[in-house]
Amino acid sequence: MKRLLKIYMEKPELAGIAFLVLLAIVFQVRSGGVFLNLQNLQGILGLLPEMALVAIGVTLLMICGEFDLSVGSVFALTPMTMAVLLEGGMPFIFAFSIGLCVALLIGFVNGYLTIQFNIPSFITTLGMLFVARSITVVISGGFPPLLPNGAIPKWLFTSYVGPGDLIRMSFVWFLAFAILIALLLSRTNFGNWVRATGGFLPAAQSMGIPTKRVKIATFMICSFLAGFAGSIQVMRLGAPLPSIGEGMELQAVAAAVIGGTALTGGIGTILGGIIGATLIRVIDNGLVLSQVDANWFKMALGALTVFAVILNAWLRKKAKSIKVETGK
Amino acid sequence: MTAPIIQVKNLHKWYSGVHALKGATLDFRPNETVGLVGDNGAGKSTLINILSGTQAPSEGEIYFEGRKVSFKGPRDAMDEGIETIYQYNSMVPTMSIARNMFIGREPIKYGIGGIGILDTKRMAEESVQAIADVDLHLRSPDALVGELSGGQRQGVAIARAMHFKSKVMILDEPTNHLAVKETRKVIGFVQSLKSLGITGIFISHNIHHVFECCDRIVAMARGEIVLDKPVGETNMDEILDVL
Repeated sequence: MKRLLKIYMEKPELAGIAFLVLLAIVFQVRSGGVFLNLQNLQGILGLLPEMALVAIGVTLLMICGEFDLSVGSVFALTPMTMAVLLEGGMPFIFAFSIGLCVALLIGFVNGYLTIQFNIPSFITTLGMLFVARSITVVISGGFPPLLPNGAIPKWLFTSYVGPGDLIRMSFVWFLAFAILIALLLSRTNFGNWVRATGGFLPAAQSMGIPTKRVKIATFMICSFLAGFAGSIQVMRLGAPLPSIGEGMELQAVAAAVIGGTALTGGIGTILGGIIGATLIRVIDNGLVLSQVDANWFKMALGALTVFAVILNAWLRKKAKSIKVETGK
Repeated sequence: MTAPIIQVKNLHKWYSGVHALKGATLDFRPNETVGLVGDNGAGKSTLINILSGTQAPSEGEIYFEGRKVSFKGPRDAMDEGIETIYQYNSMVPTMSIARNMFIGREPIKYGIGGIGILDTKRMAEESVQAIADVDLHLRSPDALVGELSGGQRQGVAIARAMHFKSKVMILDEPTNHLAVKETRKVIGFVQSLKSLGITGIFISHNIHHVFECCDRIVAMARGEIVLDKPVGETNMDEILDVL
């Protein structure tokens, strides 16, 4: 029993799930049963992948001990690149691929600068936040290009599917990436290196892990996911706005932290990041349905973030103090 | 006399103007435990960093089992069979024992380009075995290393080195910050290296510990080797004198 309790308390994402269920009940009651109806769920699940994909990348990177503030800008730059190329008549598959390559390149530059010059990734990616946003506006020429009719395979990315058209295809992509990255982190040697690099860098280095390459690869994965997420949003909206994704970098960090990821690296799970992102979406949506002034959203988000960190720290301490025989 | 397992010839190291190691020449023989003593800044850390592959010498040569070697990273040294256990602990506290055992050398099933799926079953089994082999009793390989005591952590690090069949084990201040009882245990580990046929290099501030578990004592001061004698032919006063 004690053992089970300890295991539970060491998994902060479980507390997140419990909170999610609680919130769902509250919102369901407050909104008079609207919250959990098909249309509203469609709305939540349709938007969730965009935020959650960014959160997955940021969570992975934070576990590796680094930080990416440029995801919001990459979220805009990737689809803008794609849209400009599409407008110029390039086939979708190439335009989309080039857009994603731009995201990968930005991830690489973030990682390379951080490691080569040994500066905090907070600074590197803060710079990249402005640089990438600026490029986005510049290549749009001030007038966002219209996506040519029929240029995008909507059936592959944004069409509704599933029973009762509950989810969009983007949700399937999100699930696929979520499972892939979660397995990468927990079941492969690469994941072991990511955790070791973020957990205790000197030990990782002395055991011969190529920590520089691991970090750069993680920066690239994070950036790629942000670019992919932004592309999905633009395909859903039908037009690339240069301003999309603003503020997303901090929401993604909040999602990761709410899900139990430590800022110091080494601790966290992909599932936690996803639950954090879901919580943010649910609060956003639930407050509106409960007819609360939408401006309270950021207040709720802020309070939840701080509360979650305090709770996680407390749970971890408590879990540690529960004595389960580890040896003599 | 048997041929040396490691030969160090005229090793120099400069750190931006500081001459930290001034022409160290030294042999380590198989199955011998050498105690390396010296004050802070005497050059012992530099010497072992070079032997463990974390730093490259500015000048000089290293021979391992008669072959000239040059280590580009800690992994090269590990592949030759030189394992280092650092004072700051070469474990990641937020990871499990089983995962720590195999950091950087994980057994994988179905991999491409060096990246693949972990063989977690094998990791669990082998780490349980390896820990039992060093007479450490830990219930679960899934326990986090952060929950172990300092001595247990050093025990796991030593178990890891033995599991990977290291020929030379460098222990950099392994008894630092340990309680008395734990220190005894680590000294016991070092003493048992001999019966396992492993060459030990034991770095310590504590000369008592060195006398207790080493065959030979090498003392360093100001980047040079100032004494190199079998334990039986020297005493603590002489060592303290040369430091």
